[in-house]
Amino acid sequence: MDKTILSGNEAFARGAFEAGVKVASAYPGTPSTEILENIAHHYPSIDSSWAPNEKVSLEVAIGACFGGARALCTMKHVGVNVAADPLFTLSYTGVRGGLVLIVADDPELHSSQNEQDSRHYARFAKVPMFEPSDSEEARAFTRLAFEASEQFDTPVMVRSTTRISHSKSIVYPQAPVENLPAPSLVRDPAKLVMLPGNARKRHYFVEERLANMAEWSCSQSFNRIEEGRGDVGVITAGVAYQYAKEVLPEAHVLKLGLVHPLPKQLIREFAARCKTLYVIEELDPFIEEQVRAMGIEVHGKDLLSVCGELTPGRVAAGLFKQEIPEGFTPTETLPQRPPNMCPGCPHRGVFYELNRLKAYVTGDIGCYTLGFMPPLSAMDTCVCMGASIGNATGISKVLPPEEQKKVVAVIGDSTFLHTGINGLIDMVYNGSTATLIILDNSTTGMTGRQDHPGTGYSLKGDPSYQVDLEGLCRSVGVKHVYTIDPYGLEETRELIKREMERPEVSVIITRRACMLHKRDLIQRKPPLFVDADKCTACKACLKLGCPAIKWNPTAGTKGQAEIDKLICVGCEVCMQVCKFGAFGVCDEK
Amino acid sequence: MKNKVQNILLVGVGGQGILLASEILSEVLMLGGYDVKKAEVHGMAQRGGSVVSHVRYGEKVYSPIIPEGEADILFGFELLESYRYLPLLKKDGQVVASDLQIVPPGVALGKENYPEDIPDKIRAAFPRSRIVNAMALAQQAGNMRTVNTVLLGALSNMMEISAEAWNQAMHNRVPAKFLDENLKAFALGRQA
Repeated sequence: MDKTILSGNEAFARGAFEAGVKVASAYPGTPSTEILENIAHHYPSIDSSWAPNEKVSLEVAIGACFGGARALCTMKHVGVNVAADPLFTLSYTGVRGGLVLIVADDPELHSSQNEQDSRHYARFAKVPMFEPSDSEEARAFTRLAFEASEQFDTPVMVRSTTRISHSKSIVYPQAPVENLPAPSLVRDPAKLVMLPGNARKRHYFVEERLANMAEWSCSQSFNRIEEGRGDVGVITAGVAYQYAKEVLPEAHVLKLGLVHPLPKQLIREFAARCKTLYVIEELDPFIEEQVRAMGIEVHGKDLLSVCGELTPGRVAAGLFKQEIPEGFTPTETLPQRPPNMCPGCPHRGVFYELNRLKAYVTGDIGCYTLGFMPPLSAMDTCVCMGASIGNATGISKVLPPEEQKKVVAVIGDSTFLHTGINGLIDMVYNGSTATLIILDNSTTGMTGRQDHPGTGYSLKGDPSYQVDLEGLCRSVGVKHVYTIDPYGLEETRELIKREMERPEVSVIITRRACMLHKRDLIQRKPPLFVDADKCTACKACLKLGCPAIKWNPTAGTKGQAEIDKLICVGCEVCMQVCKFGAFGVCDEK
Repeated sequence: MKNKVQNILLVGVGGQGILLASEILSEVLMLGGYDVKKAEVHGMAQRGGSVVSHVRYGEKVYSPIIPEGEADILFGFELLESYRYLPLLKKDGQVVASDLQIVPPGVALGKENYPEDIPDKIRAAFPRSRIVNAMALAQQAGNMRTVNTVLLGALSNMMEISAEAWNQAMHNRVPAKFLDENLKAFALGRQA
């Protein structure tokens, strides 16, 4: 095949296809989401699906691998926290068909709630981890990871980062493998039933496996020495390798393709020939501390930050103590351009009313976390997927009755089905008094509008059973379940207000599809306009923070609101906020 | 030129189609025989926020992101964003940018001001820059949606890539029914 230019995520998908993967399962999470989307789109022979959460997705992959097929699971870094339970014991059982878990870290928190370094999981769970440095390696290492998985009877992790997953570079696709053994049922309880008696024995196997892999990896081409000039050496992996090559083009480089377990003999040989040795790695000093524990003197996080991603400039600044070069710098303070809910976003009105009701809002992970931003400013906590509900229960427990009423949890439909439902069961079981709002926009919005069990469609776009959210809430014992269209502000406010007062669990489902919904559930309506004669410059509409509403300070005598007709979708929420009837609907052509 | 890495920084606002433009640009460069890398961020950044895409090409490219202060060309789809990212441009770099203004939330709320005279300030600092009235040219090409193609046309003047490679990439990437107006838009941008 010819060369092509692919993102890391496209290349991971290609590598999985070439490796003969039969089953792929995931929950969406930036920056990992496109791996499964690409598999579904380009490689229909693979059974690919969205699971409700990362734990289930890994369990599905484990089942497929126990059946003798090669199986792929992908997730973002924080997804591994959810999937950690099966992962740690899968390490003991090992595999039948190869199993690869691709995990995408997000140094710099471009779209995440923390900056955890997944390499610790590889060490913690005692599984090997590959780390590619570009798209071609993303393809090749994924393929290699499946071979290593079967050769060493182990799950294999592949670590990506935002700059690998979302960067494009040239890839040389290969033909897929052939003649993999057919899946079948094989009973092997000593290996697959992890009761103490069996698991105790498997632990010895795990330790031996790691030692074997460490030795094996010293002679594999994915761990390579690039000869330079002089006596400066660099040990590096992942995208940091690219920055090291930019900044230290003359140095000797030990480029690690396998970051766990480390090829200790190779590291010793390499270190012996360098006078100055740097470890250049993103986030934690994972390689550095292990090299130092071998008694080798190295520089690393004494010069480079543990926080944030690396860049060529940051590496040079750390190593050479030089300033990061900046060219022309504007003298004035520039207006920021933070992300914002879209025009017509169904979440906007809900947060507008929560703000007016002075609710204490425990938040969750999704587009609606933007409800935190001014002027909506209606989110008080955000921890992790599903946390809003347990957080609301807990905080209600410690507050006096009057303050308890203010506590409202908000969670999206996809997040609710991910890990929110457990929190709701607890709410009812343990008599919480908080109110839960499920912001149902019929999609997984922030990651790019993926389907989930509540949308009625599968990853491949086939119709599927649609979870009945109202029925689900009632089935766990919620007596007060209401559904409302969040475009109706007054009704939404009155309902939330009433349920906040109620000293019992209630669930409000605000249901309206995302404005960007893929199946076009939205009927776009004609845009609105502001009647200049009626606008009194009260600025009430600006409190919605709608990108389509602009303040024109020079219009009228005191300034006026204006609507950007190109982006207004005619949701008419602003019309309800205006006390002077200044908003009208444009004539349709 | 081949042994030297060239850096183009694309900037604008989420939803403007910058990622597709950088896709076409990367394809052109690959067809031109270069090693190419491009880097960007998805997810949170797409929701109307500031968007940046790095494109690098040469005989061998390492880092997918442009080293600070080494961008050769700043390719801007919105005026304020072009201005914001000037610090990443080389001293003798150049800007090719749309004169389109998209008002950020703080300005829409009347709390911040959109900086004045950005085109003059850009040209004063980087004399070889070009600010293009891309919307007007897109309209002239017959469809407002060709605005990014107009800008690619303007950019093509600053790069040593054959007209054939551009043509090929347009044929590969643009749906047939929109091809004619896009080729026209590209030509108008190239003349601008």
